[in-house]
Amino acid sequence: MISIILLSGFGIINLFVGFLKSKRILLPLSLLFLAIVFGVNLLDWNDTQSYFNNMLTIDNYAVAFTGIMVLSTLLILPFTQHFITRNDENLGEYYALLLFSLVGAVMMVSYENLLMLFVGLEILSIAMYVMAGSDKSSLRSAEAGLKYFLMGSFFTGVLLFGMVMIYGATGTFNITEISATQAIGADGVTNTMFVLGLLLIVIGISFKISAAPFHFWTPDVYEGTPTVWTAYMSTVVKTAGVAAFFKLMYAAFAASYASWMPTLVAITVLTLVIGNIGAVVQQNMKRMLAYSSISHAGYMLMALIAFNEYSESSILFYSFAYSTASIAAFGVLQLVVKQRGSETFEAFNGLGKTNPLLALAVTVSMLSLGGIPLTAGFFGKFFVFASLIENPDMMWLIVVAVVLAAVGIYYYFKVVIAMYMHPAGDHAPIQVSGFINAMLIIITALTILLGIAPALLSDIL
Amino acid sequence: MITALLLFWPALAALLVLLIKGQGAKKVAFIATLVEFAIALFATVNFVPDATTQFALDMPWVERAGIGFSIGMDGISLLMVLLTTFLMPLIVLSSFKHDYKDPHVFYALVLFMQTGLIGVFVAMDAFLFYFFWEVALIPIYFIAAIWGGARRIPVTFKFFVYTIFGSLFMLAAFVYLYFQTAGTGIAAHSSNVNAFYQLTLDSATQSWIFWFLFLAFAIKMPVFPFHTWQPDTYTESPTQATMLLAGIMLKMGIYGVLRWLLPVVPMGVSQWADTVLVLSIIGIVYASIIAIRQQDLKRLIAYSSIAHVGLIAAGIFALNEQGLQGGVLQMLSHGINVVGLFFIIDIIFRRTNTREIASLGGITQTTPVLSIIFLILLMGSIALPLTNGFIGEFLLLSGVFQHNFYFGAFAGTTIILGSVYMLRMFQGVMFGTKSEATEGFADLNFNEKAVLIPLVIMVFWIGLFPNTFLSISEPAVGQLLSIINR
Repeated sequence: MISIILLSGFGIINLFVGFLKSKRILLPLSLLFLAIVFGVNLLDWNDTQSYFNNMLTIDNYAVAFTGIMVLSTLLILPFTQHFITRNDENLGEYYALLLFSLVGAVMMVSYENLLMLFVGLEILSIAMYVMAGSDKSSLRSAEAGLKYFLMGSFFTGVLLFGMVMIYGATGTFNITEISATQAIGADGVTNTMFVLGLLLIVIGISFKISAAPFHFWTPDVYEGTPTVWTAYMSTVVKTAGVAAFFKLMYAAFAASYASWMPTLVAITVLTLVIGNIGAVVQQNMKRMLAYSSISHAGYMLMALIAFNEYSESSILFYSFAYSTASIAAFGVLQLVVKQRGSETFEAFNGLGKTNPLLALAVTVSMLSLGGIPLTAGFFGKFFVFASLIENPDMMWLIVVAVVLAAVGIYYYFKVVIAMYMHPAGDHAPIQVSGFINAMLIIITALTILLGIAPALLSDIL
Repeated sequence: MITALLLFWPALAALLVLLIKGQGAKKVAFIATLVEFAIALFATVNFVPDATTQFALDMPWVERAGIGFSIGMDGISLLMVLLTTFLMPLIVLSSFKHDYKDPHVFYALVLFMQTGLIGVFVAMDAFLFYFFWEVALIPIYFIAAIWGGARRIPVTFKFFVYTIFGSLFMLAAFVYLYFQTAGTGIAAHSSNVNAFYQLTLDSATQSWIFWFLFLAFAIKMPVFPFHTWQPDTYTESPTQATMLLAGIMLKMGIYGVLRWLLPVVPMGVSQWADTVLVLSIIGIVYASIIAIRQQDLKRLIAYSSIAHVGLIAAGIFALNEQGLQGGVLQMLSHGINVVGLFFIIDIIFRRTNTREIASLGGITQTTPVLSIIFLILLMGSIALPLTNGFIGEFLLLSGVFQHNFYFGAFAGTTIILGSVYMLRMFQGVMFGTKSEATEGFADLNFNEKAVLIPLVIMVFWIGLFPNTFLSISEPAVGQLLSIINR
């Protein structure tokens, strides 16, 4: 609970620090803030408490997801160094927005009431709309911001509409009470308003986690958004979205499982297919990562479909494995784009020769995204498939996912091939600060550590 | 503990090698592989030849899912580990005259791959096996794709995607089997090899699991018609990678059949054994005929490798003691012969800059030592008595004959066809008149002898005293048969 208050307070401090002459202090300060929040958050472990008249519940689920989201943000932050040199007038605002958006993310994993879910989602989204358009000199960034804002507002409306219908059907916003009303009578399944509301909620959240067929904004927005915020968008926002989705379905709508499951299965299959097939044809690394992020939403939804006691730790592990790998990929992409001015795979040519460390970080992250052993991504996929296999009717979905995972190897290796097997040409080595190097080493080590000893994270929930 | 040491020492050495800049890396790598071989010999001396799994280490790994870090060795594993650790120093030594760019990365990858290979042979847990299976693939992909020939990028990519595709099916089958083991809830299941052996599945299930697993192993070996990646990959890879692929890595596939296919789904195996036999025999004849037509030496040996592996697969799927024992022994022999032959081709290529049979010839005139060693390895390869190939192929063929006379008759053509392409190669390369390319061909230097002489010794050792090795694997093979026939 203190973590929400701290994050808000630190966000305001950042806002004021932004007025200072020396804006260099913002980055170390934000890192310090996040480290404090990370530590304080852990104090709530095994100490379930309700706050604000049962609006929020901080349980282990909330603490675990808050932990990995704060940690992911910590790992992303160093790559914002880029912005400091640009000497942006509004630098303080970005750091403040980042912390504010985290407040929204934390609320999304600890809500007890649909209103809190909505408020959390809005806090997170509005910050992201600004971030998407934050590169004011770029037309693409402005386009991304506008697109994201228009689409996002529309789907937020859909989500809110759904919540209101659920309220109409059950008379409450509290997720435990919603669950109880369904348990009393089988009414929930047949009540048209209830089912419609549920469907709208599923659509609204699917948009936020870029699940197909509500994914169409993803490639454009990801491409236009400044890379470091894309990294944030595709990791923290997605983790919060999937965690909120699972919590909602598990805590509120478990009883009407049969009515929403077919929809979700359809969404998942579509997401997997569109994400993986879409990524195959991309020539642009950033767009490829955007499609890959769609496909990973599909894998995470598979754990949701499994809907058993292993789902939550599968989602937790998968989110973090996916986040570390994505951060490394986007982080290096940002450095490459800055130096070589292109986002295509060709821009990575010869990186293995000129910058072995960057190449290694990307390789490990691609192996992890592809789900190859020795990396966290393998166990992420393994846990997801394993939790789903308890449900024998879903064997076919696993087969589909396995085949598509093989497709994934194909496009993830395009960049690896470019880095190691194509000559660098006249590309000079990329200048990287020692701090970023250290960060990349940490991220890579984390990915490999979880690939060797997955129990460190998978057994905590 | 010895098993863990065997497993982690190369990985540790790989990290060490990474830190050494320049050509000193190869020396450190060589010493590391020698140490590894010494550890393997120590294990062999302490090995009690019975059917148990020895030097076992069993620790929880992913407790939530009941997956253990279980490693250990029975007779079959031990022989595979011996083969790997014996060939590794020679493979490293064979590269001493090459100046690969970024040697520290090259040798680190080689050592890292050794950990993967050893891991495959000692893993006693299905997921651990899968884990090392993929761990072995990644370094060899990079070795072949970075240091390979002109067409290396598409060729190795095909190899990589092909094998990953196969192994994902294996993973799916393992996950299914794992959920069939006793217990409810994830933590109660087990992926230990013994838990898999105790499964009693109905024959329809066994049938599809057989194909899921067989696909992965067949691609790796490779068995016809899953071999299409192999000739190109062998040809385009740098020699050391080809040696690793042909000498050791294809044994992963055969070992996988022995450990994870035959005893796990015996009913599926007996349903499909004849199909596999037919495929293998087609592979033998088909690959041999193509080998006869080859002009490129490396491609020729690549096709001959498909033929030899076809015979091993046929012998194993005959499902009797001769066939299985022959398969195990022939894995050793094939590894030794093929590494030697690829090295000789490498020697010829480095001196003449060509691998075309037509542009070579007359090498014997100046190279007595090379000629003799080449001939011995060749004879081993075409199964002349007194050499290692004879024992293995004899056992394999007698296994196949026991199973079915006609299969045996067709499989037996391997010996005739093998002599045709091997002797044709030897004649074209070594005899005849000197060509422009082979003018002034120097005999073996010390380094090359140091690689080839241990191989020649092994050719005769296995040929004359096969019992040294057969007695190690015999109890394990016997137990395997009793599980299959249960």
